[in-house]
Amino acid sequence: MAKIKIDEIRCKGCYLCITSCPQGLIKVSDRLNIKGTKPARFKGGKCTGCSMCAIICPDCIIQVYR
Amino acid sequence: MKKKILMCGNDACGEGAVLAGCRFYAGYPITPQNELTSYMSKRMNQTGGVFIQSESELAAINMVFGASVAGARAMTSSSSPGISLKQEGISYLAACELPAVIVNVQRGGPGLGNIAPAQGDYFQATKGGGHGDYNMIVLAPASVEEMMTLTYEAFDLADKYRNPVMILADGLLGQMMEPVSVRSSEFGVRSKKYEKPWALTGCRGRKPNIIRSLLLAEGALEEHNKKLQEKFGRMRKAEVRYEVSNEKDSDIMLVAYGSCARIARAAAEKARSKGIKAALLRPISLWPFPSDILGELSGQVKNFLVVEMSAGQMVEDVRLGVEGRAKVDFYGRMGGGIPTGEEILNKIEALA
Amino acid sequence: MRKSNQKPVTRNQKKKKINKSQVENLIFSRPRSMRDVEMHYCAGCGHGLVHRLICETIDELGIRERTIGVAPVGCAVIAYDYWDFDVTEAAHGRTPAVATGIKRVRPESIVFSYQGDGDLAAIGTAEIIHTANRGENITVIFVNNGVYGMTGGQMAPTTLAGQVTDTTVEGRNLKRDGYPLKILEMMAVLPGAKYLERTSVHSPQEVLRTKRAIKKAFQTQIDNRGFSMVEVLAMCPTYWGMSPIKSADRIKNEVSTFYPIGVVKSY
Repeated sequence: MAKIKIDEIRCKGCYLCITSCPQGLIKVSDRLNIKGTKPARFKGGKCTGCSMCAIICPDCIIQVYR
Repeated sequence: MKKKILMCGNDACGEGAVLAGCRFYAGYPITPQNELTSYMSKRMNQTGGVFIQSESELAAINMVFGASVAGARAMTSSSSPGISLKQEGISYLAACELPAVIVNVQRGGPGLGNIAPAQGDYFQATKGGGHGDYNMIVLAPASVEEMMTLTYEAFDLADKYRNPVMILADGLLGQMMEPVSVRSSEFGVRSKKYEKPWALTGCRGRKPNIIRSLLLAEGALEEHNKKLQEKFGRMRKAEVRYEVSNEKDSDIMLVAYGSCARIARAAAEKARSKGIKAALLRPISLWPFPSDILGELSGQVKNFLVVEMSAGQMVEDVRLGVEGRAKVDFYGRMGGGIPTGEEILNKIEALA
Repeated sequence: MRKSNQKPVTRNQKKKKINKSQVENLIFSRPRSMRDVEMHYCAGCGHGLVHRLICETIDELGIRERTIGVAPVGCAVIAYDYWDFDVTEAAHGRTPAVATGIKRVRPESIVFSYQGDGDLAAIGTAEIIHTANRGENITVIFVNNGVYGMTGGQMAPTTLAGQVTDTTVEGRNLKRDGYPLKILEMMAVLPGAKYLERTSVHSPQEVLRTKRAIKKAFQTQIDNRGFSMVEVLAMCPTYWGMSPIKSADRIKNEVSTFYPIGVVKSY
């Protein structure tokens, strides 16, 4: 099973990853990070490791495992 | 054996650069320094160096910036209006601590002015024509031979301090021809090799090098400025150059630099033959300015007479050096006018 | 993107000491040439993406130790804080002149300049045109977001007609403010310009296309073919006054219709 890791501390909340995930597995977190932003959060589920989220992430803070 | 060849000041300047190991030149045409650009075009081809006729003065100084970043001995030249365009680049060179040699073959100004010799860029050269707190060594040749030797020396000074150095000449020096002793072997021996571990060469086997002047962290820019000022202080102490004669026995001390100094020297000699105790102090480094010798002389000399091809710029530095202990007079011509020996002699006689 | 059987090499992983089972499966992470620091860019800004694509390209081509970058004046002014190879600053717009000086002195180095639309298409127009026209063997990455971000969102030469900026408060008026500049198309007529492509970073597909273009541009230089440039359409959500997602849509629906994506010139 593939998965992603989002560095929620560095996430600025552009949410481009959310619109890019074909499986809809990323959501806006309920909690604020230190920047006062609600970071993107990986919900878990049927991640295929397609890496679209990491490819679009402007801050290079998503790691993909497969 | 010393070989003497006849060459113009602009060519001599170029040859001094080549002898110093300059292998990068970028420039844009402007009179009266065009011979230098042409000379470098030829000599860079012969020596395996790089010659670029740039699209502007801005591009030229920034190409020199790039060449210096990469560790090369690099030079650009121009005349007054073009040097104004290079000021931004000179400030960046000083801020980034990059060595480079900039030659200004001055012409009449302000504005487009004319193409006759002038010395109206003294303030711009010595007080920092670009933005921010910086200084550069400014050397003023007074002969074709000095166009060569001082340019040669300028490259060592630039590397020694990691700072731009300016050769402040004028149209007369650039255009006139004089015999020059070519001593390539001596030049070769004197040329010093400076290591440049800071240069950008690709980060193989070391940490990446960064060349920057943007310092946003609190206090960082002030620290950088303090470091620069400490360096400028060392230059002030070590790099003063001047020439003086008959200083122990003179009532009137002329002060002049560049081609103007040669006319002033002739006038002083003529005055001496008429029984007036006149002499000449010729600053060779305009920055750092030879203030100490002025302080010493002001105890014994009654009158200083500053002669310039400007409305009076260096005279301010002379006054600062004399500090009111003697009278400082001025004679100048502007807009490409050259003071004659006669005019200066009349002025000396009026003061005597 | 790394294949699953490749050994990881990023600083990030070394520092965090990820256990072996994870390491073997890591297929996407920060490239080696990119420093593991947080970037100052706003949320959804395209600069970070382009920075990463350059680093990925440099790593894949194995040229990190002979690359020299030239950073611009603009939002990307401190790009050297994010890149882990030799970089110099340059005065505003003079970036290609500085790159020229470096490349001529060190022809064996891979030299690239990174410029925004103000740097390249306004104050540095003369430098970019003449650098291309001399056929300098350098690569230029041109990030076009149609606005001056660093100084507060003023009109850029590439700002679209009608676009509201800090200095075109009622929208860019072609009569008062002139026309948006298609500098890539202008440069296509120059014999010295060998590879010119326009791409975008508004979707993962376009990001991948941009990566291919940047790699092609660097390869053009490695093969000594001459001047190469990639114009990347990028989002500036802050000064476009819209969310990053809407900004990406704007490139897709509006910006890229005026600035068409594709290869403009190839040797």
